[in-house]
Amino acid sequence: MRVAGWQVSETSARRLKKRYRRERRLKAFGILAILIALGVLALLLGSVIERGHPAFVKTEIAFNLDISAELIKPDKLSKGKYGKVIRNALFNTFPKVKKRSERRELLALVSKGAHFQLRRMVRDDPRLIGTVQRVWLPASSDVDMLVKGSMPRDVPESERRLNDRQIAWLDALEKNGQLQTSFNSSFFTGSDSREPELAGIGGALAGSFWTLLITLILAFPLGVAAAIYLQEFAPKNRITDFIEVNINNLAAVPSIVFGLLGLVIFIQLFELPRSTAIVGGLTLMLMTLPTIIISTRAALSAVPPSIREAAYGVGASSVQVVSHHVLPLALPGIMTGTIIGMARALGETAPLLMIGMVAFIVDIPAAPFDSATALPVQIFLWADSPERGFVEKMSAAIIVLLAFLILMNALAVYLRRRFETRW
Amino acid sequence: MTMTTETAALQNMPPSKLEITELDVHYGATQALFGVDMRVAENSVSALIGPSGCGKSTFLRCLNRMNDIIEGCLVDGNVLLDGEDIYAGELDVVQLRARVGMVFQKPNPFPKSIYDNVAYGPRIHGLAESAGELDEIVESSLRRAGLFDEVSGRLKDSGTSLSGGQQQRLCIARAIAISPEVILMDEPCSALDPIATAKVEELIDELKEDFTIAIVTHNMQQAARVSQYTAFFHLGNLVEFGETEQIFTNPEEKRTQDYITGRFG
Repeated sequence: MRVAGWQVSETSARRLKKRYRRERRLKAFGILAILIALGVLALLLGSVIERGHPAFVKTEIAFNLDISAELIKPDKLSKGKYGKVIRNALFNTFPKVKKRSERRELLALVSKGAHFQLRRMVRDDPRLIGTVQRVWLPASSDVDMLVKGSMPRDVPESERRLNDRQIAWLDALEKNGQLQTSFNSSFFTGSDSREPELAGIGGALAGSFWTLLITLILAFPLGVAAAIYLQEFAPKNRITDFIEVNINNLAAVPSIVFGLLGLVIFIQLFELPRSTAIVGGLTLMLMTLPTIIISTRAALSAVPPSIREAAYGVGASSVQVVSHHVLPLALPGIMTGTIIGMARALGETAPLLMIGMVAFIVDIPAAPFDSATALPVQIFLWADSPERGFVEKMSAAIIVLLAFLILMNALAVYLRRRFETRW
Repeated sequence: MTMTTETAALQNMPPSKLEITELDVHYGATQALFGVDMRVAENSVSALIGPSGCGKSTFLRCLNRMNDIIEGCLVDGNVLLDGEDIYAGELDVVQLRARVGMVFQKPNPFPKSIYDNVAYGPRIHGLAESAGELDEIVESSLRRAGLFDEVSGRLKDSGTSLSGGQQQRLCIARAIAISPEVILMDEPCSALDPIATAKVEELIDELKEDFTIAIVTHNMQQAARVSQYTAFFHLGNLVEFGETEQIFTNPEEKRTQDYITGRFG
């Protein structure tokens, strides 16, 4: 019998065929698994981007605002009747609307927070008082979604959040060039808000930044120092074995347990302020430390012993061997491990819930001791909100979070490729 | 108990640089060396031969305390360098390795530039007062290792970019840059081709004018070519030690004869 041009016996030909079949089967399973994984990933990214991309655009309506000195007194800027200025402008634009209920419907076109924008403008430039300004004000969430097509127009009126009258006004505004959509920069600079059209991730980003900064500053030197000691200097005995086993155990502890630990130690024992980035950073430090220690030890032990011998051979002390040779060679691995640990900390939600970083916070935290929330917690908060407008905000926040995670992992891969030493 | 046979010819041996007496080495529960007594003569090449696992590398690594970095290694006995016990408490192991350098089996240049490879030792021992002096040390070390002409134009290139033979000569240059008194070589040619081996052997022959050299080798011809004294190890014992010529032509022990004629090992 001949198989692939070779003369073989009957039994070995059967065995060969069986072997090839098994290989093909294994390969097919592998490809299937990868395809399923890719499919799920595409589904996830697709649905998130599909829902989230409208949040990067906002709808604005332009009005001629009569910023009269009567309503806003130059010496009492904080007490100015900014809302009244906007209301007047709306009523002037549609003078035929007189009925109380219709006027309320008219007012619902503009965001309830539009007067904050006006107040900020006047505070920045008091000379505006007494002038008439054409100002683009944020539309309300319902208008925003209707204009961007997230909410259908062609359904019966009773199933819509905006009635036929309101849509007619919008069409009139659009015809006049008073309706536009533009890039939603306030999504990145703004903070959380009760109004979906005003809510942004700026506060959450700042909170995540401070939290991760604290985590990095504490976990990196502590973790690397602990790993260097354990790997290079510590004697191998029962105590170090015990420590090693427990570091590995710590890496597997569910993160919510670290949250409880942070609550008890940092808030109850040390009485640090609740819901702050400093406590969040300390808690995530506890969680990240084992990851950094383990990856640093792996990177150190990957440095070939011949390099150590060479350094010892020319009379380097053990500290010199580590600091001149082993550590520089292990650094790419250490950085990779640290970045991956930080990426995990960035996406961590559960421990932050335990230490109160889940509060509704409107101010952007300017320091680690300010009340703050973090990006994944913000997503959690928005996912919990009943307003439909928060769905796109939440999806957009997920896009930003995923972008950061992908960026960090790409950086880790780049560093590993770039600084990997071959010997 | 020693089983060493010292021949009469050794009576005329030049003054010894290293004197080893009653050396026992244990790796955990297993004993690797059994009461070795040996002398390493000044400004000569001493070859250590024997089958794999006979303890010759272990013995070599005792001479600059490289075994210290191996977990669970226990050294017992005396090793005198110029009459001074290197295992005595007051001796600093860093100073010892500055006096007793080492070249390893596999070329192991640092993944740094050629220049930095050679300059590293002088730098950490503070041998150069100025950058110019350091340049001089690097150049003369590379010259003595016979490598300077090949690499003079690319001292900034990585040491790992050189060929295997060049890497090994770079390691020799690195070892001699700190002007040691003794150089230990652990099978320095086992990873090299015959041409590179010939170059290194030539180099060893030149270096013995200034240094005391102890070399472990598996290559009988190499031992015969480069060394003046040869020690034959077997199963952790020093079986025979004598002048190379006598060991290879007229060994006193049967085991030595069997080994060098290729009957075992």
